[in-house]
Amino acid sequence: MTPRRRRMLVVSLILAGVGLAAFFGLTAFQKNLLYFLTPSQVAQGEAPKGHSFRIGGLVVKGTVRRAPDTLEVHFDLTDGNRTVGVSYTGILPDLFREGQGIIAIGKLSETGVFEASEVLAKHDENYMPPEVAESLKATGQMPQPPEGTQK
Amino acid sequence: MTAEIGQYCLLLALLTALFQGTLPLIGAARGQGLWMESAIPAGRAQFIFLALAFCALINGFIENDFSILYVASHSNSALPLYYRIAATWGAHEGSMLLWAFILSGWTLAVTLFSGGLTPVFRARVLGTMGLISFGILLFIQWTSNPFLRLIPMPAEGNDLNPLLQDFGMTIHPPMLYMGYVGLAVAFSFAIAALLGGTLDAAWSRWSRPWTLVARIFLTFGIVLGSWWAYYELGWGGWWFWDPVENASFMPWLVATALLHSLAATEKRGAFKAWTVLLAIFAFSLSLLGTFLVRSGVLTSVHAFASDPARGLFILVFLAVVVGSSLLLYGLRAPVIRDSTRFTWLSRESLLLVNNILLVTASASILLGTLYPLVLDALKLGKISVGSPYFARVFTPLMTPIVFLAGIAAMVPWREGQLDKILRPLLRIALPVIVLAVALSLLVDGMSDIATLAGIGMALWLLATQGLSLWNRIKHRQSLSEGVSALSMSFIGMNFAHLGLAVFVIGVTLSGSHSEEKIVKLAPGESASIGAYTFKFGGVHAVEGPNYHAQEGRFDVFEGNRQVAALTPQKRIYQVQKNPMTEAAIDPGLTRDLYVALGEPLDKDAWSVRVYYKPFIRWIWFGGLLMMTGGLCSLLDKRYRIGSRKDLTLESQRGA
Repeated sequence: MTPRRRRMLVVSLILAGVGLAAFFGLTAFQKNLLYFLTPSQVAQGEAPKGHSFRIGGLVVKGTVRRAPDTLEVHFDLTDGNRTVGVSYTGILPDLFREGQGIIAIGKLSETGVFEASEVLAKHDENYMPPEVAESLKATGQMPQPPEGTQK
Repeated sequence: MTAEIGQYCLLLALLTALFQGTLPLIGAARGQGLWMESAIPAGRAQFIFLALAFCALINGFIENDFSILYVASHSNSALPLYYRIAATWGAHEGSMLLWAFILSGWTLAVTLFSGGLTPVFRARVLGTMGLISFGILLFIQWTSNPFLRLIPMPAEGNDLNPLLQDFGMTIHPPMLYMGYVGLAVAFSFAIAALLGGTLDAAWSRWSRPWTLVARIFLTFGIVLGSWWAYYELGWGGWWFWDPVENASFMPWLVATALLHSLAATEKRGAFKAWTVLLAIFAFSLSLLGTFLVRSGVLTSVHAFASDPARGLFILVFLAVVVGSSLLLYGLRAPVIRDSTRFTWLSRESLLLVNNILLVTASASILLGTLYPLVLDALKLGKISVGSPYFARVFTPLMTPIVFLAGIAAMVPWREGQLDKILRPLLRIALPVIVLAVALSLLVDGMSDIATLAGIGMALWLLATQGLSLWNRIKHRQSLSEGVSALSMSFIGMNFAHLGLAVFVIGVTLSGSHSEEKIVKLAPGESASIGAYTFKFGGVHAVEGPNYHAQEGRFDVFEGNRQVAALTPQKRIYQVQKNPMTEAAIDPGLTRDLYVALGEPLDKDAWSVRVYYKPFIRWIWFGGLLMMTGGLCSLLDKRYRIGSRKDLTLESQRGA
């Protein structure tokens, strides 16, 4: 092989490798995109079928129910307009509380209950994930911050 | 009073930075010796001002001066002194001040250890650093002033986020920032070289130790962050591909590429333009990391406030830094010529493959991290990228790196002979495969292909490394003579690659053989995981300095033998009233046993998480070995003070 041919071979191998990597990368990217929906959007049937997504809202006070013997939990999630039931099996995060904002990742079941595989209560100093805060502002349901907190 | 002193020093530092960022650069362009020299006192003065400002802020925390808004928002008189001091960088304003202070520390270091640089080059390096510092200080003064007063003064402070009241978290930010900001030195060297048009071996030899130090700190910062997430968040994971983690990982990947590329530039004069570009990228990603973490666009424990002015400022700053340095690069790069040729089978080309893979990995992470933000900013919907994406893209990119890392050290520069390289490799291939199969049979009866592959890759890396080591010493008379003839940078590389192998083993075994159980336990009941039985002994109340806690007791048995007594806690911090999980871990070289309390259920029962994590510590050991490697390389003769004179001569000849 002449050096020139060899170089061409190397370059085309690299190109093929990069192309293959890009293909697999983008496929993985597509598969793992998670959309964020509000309870209103879910209630209007915008939830992707059979595909995971994220839902965010306030945990409705007085709706957290535990199963007696398992670690199954049910609660309602609202954005002020509509409400979606959520079921989850496992340990809820430390910062999970009734009346506060959370985000859940999971799928919508046939019966319209959101089956969460993960519940997140990461938040800023105002106890609100930004996505949830925004959707609440949109519906005019944003609770006022308690007295005495700055900013 | 101290807050005013701090404020005053901050303003003085801002002016000094402006001075340092302009006069020396103009002097360098016009050949004014005195103007160029002024960079040194300016850099040192800036360090003193910022040290005073930083001390003033620490003092506010120590004295519980709640008339300072920042102290009132993030401290409390019940907080132990140690955490009060660490609270200084526990939130946005203070951590930005820390950023600026560390940058001035690096500037001081450059003024002290730059005796061998030509005055023009030094003026350009310090001038560039002055400009960066000016931008950051302006940001602090304008949008994030930590010295603002709060009137009337509250009686008590709002306390530090309980998650941050932890040893690992107190030193994680300073270490990470040492790394982020250290890349500013490599960046400034690159800019200075572009300005002067002299990209010679001396430049890369000068750049290399600074990059090494920065990367040592960056590695340490990331290892600490990962370790903290593991024991503090209570989920037993060590990496979540969280945007904030990605923000620190991207500069690390590019800095790693930069180190490898600098090696080729220094030794062979190859990839000069590419190396400069990597230095620019590495620092730009550090700035981007600061932006992502500090602007509040991401939800996480790190994002403290969402003030749009801050985000906008950093975004504009980022655009100016990246834009102007790429413009400069575009103007100057075409005249840079590599002084070397190499064939496809040479160490140069293998280093190039390493660089391509590392940069591609970094770019894939950037895509997954930024895409949701861009989409959100354009109001096209809110999405997020699930962590499986990152794992799926990252693993195939890292596999060839592990495969080639040891081989690259055996292949000569410029041109290698295929049969000479292949023969020894073929000889070790069979033993490696046999050993990998044997180990994998031992671990899980070879039921998991990922385990076999991971062990095989780590063994291959170790074997190829051993081979290259043997090649270096076999021609010597005795083993000790051979070992003592090895250069420190070669030893450093071996430590770093050994760290990579250890890391791969840790990731593989903890990834595929961890066991997790989430159970409901009443006192006296027990849960079994693998060979271990966790017996729950109930919960009792414990008082901490600024929290109440429920402490559980778990006796862990292996067969009939007790191996550990673990006491995880559920804490309620008095000020913010947030519950916090404190996991209890029995660490071991080959396995960790991990218990975290969930929630109290009916009667005395609790939901409990129990984990068995084999070899998880190896992940962080790997990181520590990489740091050790960096330290060894730093001790190499080439970077010693004594060798400066030759460097000056060399760069003068080059110029």
